[in-house]
Amino acid sequence: MAVWVKKSECVGCETCLDVCPIGAISMSEGIAVIGDKCNSCGACVESCPHGAIKSDASDRKADISAFKDVWVVAETRQGNIRSCTSELMGCGRGLADALGQRLCAVLAGKEVSSHAGAMAENGADIVYLMEDKGLEEGLALPYVRAITDAVLEKRPAVVLFAATPFGRELAPRVSRRLGVGLTADCTGLDIDPETKNLLQTRPAWGGNLMATIISPDTRPQMSTVRPGVMKALPAEPGRKAEVVQLKVNIKPEDQRLNIQELKKELYKHVNLTEARVIVSGGHGVESKDGFGLLEELAGLLGAEVAGTRIAVEEGWLTPDRQVGQTGKSVCPELYIACGISGAIQHSAGMMGSKTIVAINTDPAAPIFAIADIAIVEDLFKIVPELITALKMKEGEN
Amino acid sequence: MDKLDIKVLIKQVPNTSEVKIDPHTGTLMREGMESIINPDDLHAIEAALQLRDTHGGKVTAISMGPPQAKDVLREALGMGVDECILLTDRAFAGADTLATSYTLGKCVLRLGRFDLVIAGHQAIDGDTAQIGPQVAEFLGIPQVIRAIRLEIRGDGLLAERTAEEGTEIVKSTLPALVTVTKEANDPRYLFVPLLMAAFEEDAPIRVWGGNDIGADEAGTGLKGSPTRVRRTFTPSHNKKIERLNGMPADMARTLVERLRERKVI
Ligand SMILES: Cc1cc2nc3c(=O)[nH]c(=O)nc-3n(C[C@H](O)[C@H](O)[C@H](O)COP(=O)(O)OP(=O)(O)OC[C@H]3O[C@@H](n4cnc5c(N)ncnc54)[C@H](O)[C@@H]3O)c2cc1C
Ligand SMILES: Cc1cc2nc3c(=O)[nH]c(=O)nc-3n(C[C@H](O)[C@H](O)[C@H](O)COP(=O)(O)OP(=O)(O)OC[C@H]3O[C@@H](n4cnc5c(N)ncnc54)[C@H](O)[C@@H]3O)c2cc1C
Repeated sequence: MAVWVKKSECVGCETCLDVCPIGAISMSEGIAVIGDKCNSCGACVESCPHGAIKSDASDRKADISAFKDVWVVAETRQGNIRSCTSELMGCGRGLADALGQRLCAVLAGKEVSSHAGAMAENGADIVYLMEDKGLEEGLALPYVRAITDAVLEKRPAVVLFAATPFGRELAPRVSRRLGVGLTADCTGLDIDPETKNLLQTRPAWGGNLMATIISPDTRPQMSTVRPGVMKALPAEPGRKAEVVQLKVNIKPEDQRLNIQELKKELYKHVNLTEARVIVSGGHGVESKDGFGLLEELAGLLGAEVAGTRIAVEEGWLTPDRQVGQTGKSVCPELYIACGISGAIQHSAGMMGSKTIVAINTDPAAPIFAIADIAIVEDLFKIVPELITALKMKEGEN
Repeated sequence: MDKLDIKVLIKQVPNTSEVKIDPHTGTLMREGMESIINPDDLHAIEAALQLRDTHGGKVTAISMGPPQAKDVLREALGMGVDECILLTDRAFAGADTLATSYTLGKCVLRLGRFDLVIAGHQAIDGDTAQIGPQVAEFLGIPQVIRAIRLEIRGDGLLAERTAEEGTEIVKSTLPALVTVTKEANDPRYLFVPLLMAAFEEDAPIRVWGGNDIGADEAGTGLKGSPTRVRRTFTPSHNKKIERLNGMPADMARTLVERLRERKVI
């Protein structure tokens, strides 16, 4: 395969100079020239905003065997590693083992080196460390630069991001810059035993349809992965990884957006995605007082209270507690659904819960189709009894 | 800031909130599904119109899709958008987000100077929320994702965006790309005379194919799409359900027992 510049279309923007992983492109008389070093990786072809770089590749098949290892892009919050990253490490470990390749954690941020040990204990064979004061949480462009450069240099087979708001802002830009596929918000990842392709399963159509997606001809294969779905591995104290520092070359154009102010948390901090037990209510709870009852139950279980969109629209709950397609996706050990019909837009956000208890007066409510334990009864009769039963010590009843 | 040139990206989608599952085969019944303008995109149009009404300028709506996607562009005209481009070409079929962002991006470049591109945050069918950031990357401009408020300040953009807890005020240079969610505004109603005019022969809707935007066929449609949908299926729930019986107090006690057995409490 060969790569060349169509001179009539090149406007001399120099974008390709930055993109070429091996520095094979130079400028001559305002036009990009591809030099002898070119290994036809094709990165510049995709990056050219004017389509001026052409290649004779009949399809985009690059030499995919050159791409190895599974990468997990770690996400920090106020400098701490988020739990979704540990989940990705658990999942990535399984994929790396299935491929017979290494699991690498990509740690990028202002000051993140202290987390390298934890990444090793979480299953990393290699930790790629990128530190720069421009890598500010919440700003996508500097991270796009750092991660794209690292991928071009090291050529991983798989790159996983958490499908957090930040991950879903960052990953699409990285995929566009690299010209590779990206599967959104995956809830299942596997390696095809024959082709070794990454099988990426995700919900679409508001949770009504599941799709398994592959990127057979391009590398790396990239996915964002829904938080709360994959399981973290127990940390292995004393496990070691090789720590490799990578250079970060943030450019002025990566700093065209900045955060002026974080409007203080609008609501009391709630972390539904990381809750072990959730007591959830819907239209059937009828009022704010009804939710008071659910709060009492939640208090006894160490649970968070959540609900349906109707409960939010009625003003019984703040919007950050909405579960479902347009709210949070949760995956607790226990989800108790009280007075919830189980519309697909709601269940899309909680179907992955380990044990689902449904309390609903209507035996035909769709929520029962996904419940493990079904109680067809008035929640105002059950919940108070449940509170009483829980207050009794184990064995007393 | 002088007059603004704003492009709005809008998508025609099936109304997925009315999806029906065939009870016999368990598959999605696509026939007879109503086509609508993607809900977030109504808010994108509204945001664009509000900025235009404040600063003057022009709003161009762009949609890639089959010929019948003209319907959503007519709706955009009915809301007050100045002109539309329908990107339709056999070669565009089967596009994933990479190919879609290439095609939309090429169209924006072809139209010349612009200050803002506004898109919906997420489409209710593909559900990826990848198009906004990928178009921004293609154009080489910054992005504000999940914006709920936009303001032109000097020669830049001041926006409020949804963060995981609360909101953030961000400042960006222009041109920039913004995606909006339904919290951003209340879309205006269609203005009937404008909507009627949108059905006239001379309505300002240009229909463009790959050649018109200078797109390389290798970058559009299935050819330009690295991802392949290998299979689709409807989510199944083959769980064993236990239904509790008896008086409320009995059921409550049994439930507590079960939850302890399962070690979830
Ligand atoms: C694009 C789109 C996105 C959406 N996103 C979401 C989302 O993110 N999250 C979400 O939740 N919804 C979402 N919805 C709304 C969703 O379609 C449903 O309307 C909503 O989930 C229903 O809420 P509900 O179960 O509380 O109410 P209902 O459907 O009204 O159900 C109430 C249930 O309570 C039962 N009940 C009544 N009284 C009692 C009682 N005393 N004891 C026990 N049971 C009782 C009834 O039998 C009934 O089954 C979305 C909709 C659309 C169109
Ligand atoms: C079941 C299924 C799963 C899929 N999964 C993936 C996947 O994981 N990765 C992938 O790359 N592709 C995927 N696709 C393909 C993807 O849906 C299409 O590329 C689609 O054209 C754009 O993606 P979206 O609907 O997710 O848009 P989103 O990124 O969710 O749309 C956001 C906004 O972009 C704008 N926009 C989107 N499409 C258009 C358009 N055609 N014209 C004008 N404006 C537009 C609108 O403003 C919209 O509100 C999938 C398709 C199916 C059917």
